[in-house]
Amino acid sequence: MTAATYLPLYPAIPEIVLAIGAMALLMLGAYRENSTQVVNLGAVMLLIAAALIVHWLPNGVTFGGSFVVDGFARFLKVLAFLASAVAIVMSLHYQAAEKQRMFEYSILILLSAVGMGMMISAADLIALYLGLELMSLALYVVAASNRDSVRSTEAGLKYFVLGALSSGMLLYGCSLIYGFTGTVAFTGIAKATQGGAGIGLIFGLVFVFAGLCFKVSAVPFHMWTPDVYEGAPTPVTAFFAAAPKIAAIALFMRLAIGAFPGIVPQWQQILVFVAIASMTLGAFAAIGQHNIKRLMAYSSIGHMGFALVGLAAGTAEGVQGVLIYMAIYLAMTLGTFCCILAMRRAGGAVENISDLAGLSRTNPALAFFLALLLFSLAGIPPLAGFFAKYYVFLAAMQAGMFTLAVIGVLASVVGAFYYLMIIKTMYFDEPAEGFVPMPGELKAVLGVTGLFNLLYFIYPAPLLQAASAAAKSLF
Amino acid sequence: MILPALFFYLFAGACIASAFMVIAARNPVHSVLYLIFAFVNAAGLFVLMGAEFLAMILIVVYVGAVAVLFLFVVMMLDVDFAELRQGVLQYLPFGALIGVVMLAELLLVVGAWVIGPGVPRAITAPIPADITNTEALGRVLYTKYIYYFQAAGLVLLVAMVGAIVLTLRHKAGVKRQNIGDQVARTRDTAIEVVKVRPGQGL
Repeated sequence: MTAATYLPLYPAIPEIVLAIGAMALLMLGAYRENSTQVVNLGAVMLLIAAALIVHWLPNGVTFGGSFVVDGFARFLKVLAFLASAVAIVMSLHYQAAEKQRMFEYSILILLSAVGMGMMISAADLIALYLGLELMSLALYVVAASNRDSVRSTEAGLKYFVLGALSSGMLLYGCSLIYGFTGTVAFTGIAKATQGGAGIGLIFGLVFVFAGLCFKVSAVPFHMWTPDVYEGAPTPVTAFFAAAPKIAAIALFMRLAIGAFPGIVPQWQQILVFVAIASMTLGAFAAIGQHNIKRLMAYSSIGHMGFALVGLAAGTAEGVQGVLIYMAIYLAMTLGTFCCILAMRRAGGAVENISDLAGLSRTNPALAFFLALLLFSLAGIPPLAGFFAKYYVFLAAMQAGMFTLAVIGVLASVVGAFYYLMIIKTMYFDEPAEGFVPMPGELKAVLGVTGLFNLLYFIYPAPLLQAASAAAKSLF
Repeated sequence: MILPALFFYLFAGACIASAFMVIAARNPVHSVLYLIFAFVNAAGLFVLMGAEFLAMILIVVYVGAVAVLFLFVVMMLDVDFAELRQGVLQYLPFGALIGVVMLAELLLVVGAWVIGPGVPRAITAPIPADITNTEALGRVLYTKYIYYFQAAGLVLLVAMVGAIVLTLRHKAGVKRQNIGDQVARTRDTAIEVVKVRPGQGL
């Protein structure tokens, strides 16, 4: 026998901290009554601590090469952990007001954040699948967490059944890829596909991409999104729209660029189709919506289409564009959901766009911030959302994909229509009954995200440099 | 070499026949029993291939747990399976037609199948012949694959937490046993010594 060798565990410290912390908080919540607030606070602290550790840790590879920490992983992990922490903060008031206090909510979000970290760092197919399943399983449960509401349980069940189907497709693709390359490691697959790939491998690639498209809710695997977004409790929807999208896009990029650099034209055409279909559907289907959560679902489908434009370019500039896009998308979405969570009258929460009528007179500050975020989502300069789109379209043009970029610009013009409709309702319609005052933590999140969107153009360098360094580490 | 071939055809034939009976049987309980039979035959096929660990797992997990669970559900739920399945045979020709078309398409695709030039190089580790596959799995499961093992453990933890979150209901007004309270009782807190004078009572 050889002497025992110890694994260098340090690259995985953030995930280990989160997992052990989640188990400790689970014990605390289960054995101490009324400890929900302590658990929530502990979960937020753990996520922030994990994000800081990720920021400070050096790069490294562990677990036999299946767990990689590079600049790319660190950039996205910080985003995903912070988005999860903000999602817990945003749920505090809602849970108290709706009498749905339960400590398991933040624990499930913690465990799902562990899954996201594993997905972002995954460097082989098994780690990819396990991370994805850990994240999704927790998401299914939180979608159904308001179990007395038929809509919430329906959302959870729908998400679960369709998610299981997509996992099946992903696994089928993984097994085909393994069968045709003889390895599960991304580096090994890259080596085996250097000189092109046979039909069997392309088959597997298509199935894996289909599974991942489901997770980022890109067309044609988007059907679950509007129903789940509408049915799930609003803070859960805010969480769904932010952190899991980051992890899934990260996985998409690492798989496409890390494992299949030899067959770029083959996956490029899939991504071009998916991006165009998502952008167009997101732009047109949102127009007829009355429920603002449903509208945000279609908006997120469209935004995933825009992000995939950058990946379809297949270059370092494209990946940098996607990274910036995801960071800005995160700020826009979390801010907008703060406004949606603030839509609460004495009788309870409301979610129709018509409820926002005349908000500029009843609550001018909220109306201003919501208008700002919606302008940013529409991509109107000089707000951050414009720059997000600018970088991905620029990368697509540099890669010679002019048609894709033109269709993207046209789709964002159509998409601007429904964002402007909401702003028109807020500023020019007869005022409806006002909302109850907004809780402090939502104000803080809204303020930070709103100001980020407003002032990004003054000093974009830090984000640009971080994203550029992160993108280079992938190639 | 005739014996393994014979056993292969025995297992494979029985597996396909029982799989067909799963969907053709009228009684749902019979369907589940046929399903168990199909699993056992598939396990036999695994043994023939030298994957005895997989065969045992198939028996333990699928026959021992999953199929028994099915059996419970079938017996507990009052679902009229015969009515649900009405018309299956009616649609059989159409289904078979679609199946044949799909098979033809797949054959056309497989006909043009080319294995990439880098593939044979990537297949490196040959299967060692001198150890059983249970031992081989045991050697790597907690060492090389510790990450996957722990990750799978976390997935199961989430499943457990999820099942409890979605189903457990605390009813108000139900008296529960508190073992701590029971054990902490002493003579001083539990009994009271009273002197009773004759003729007076308490």
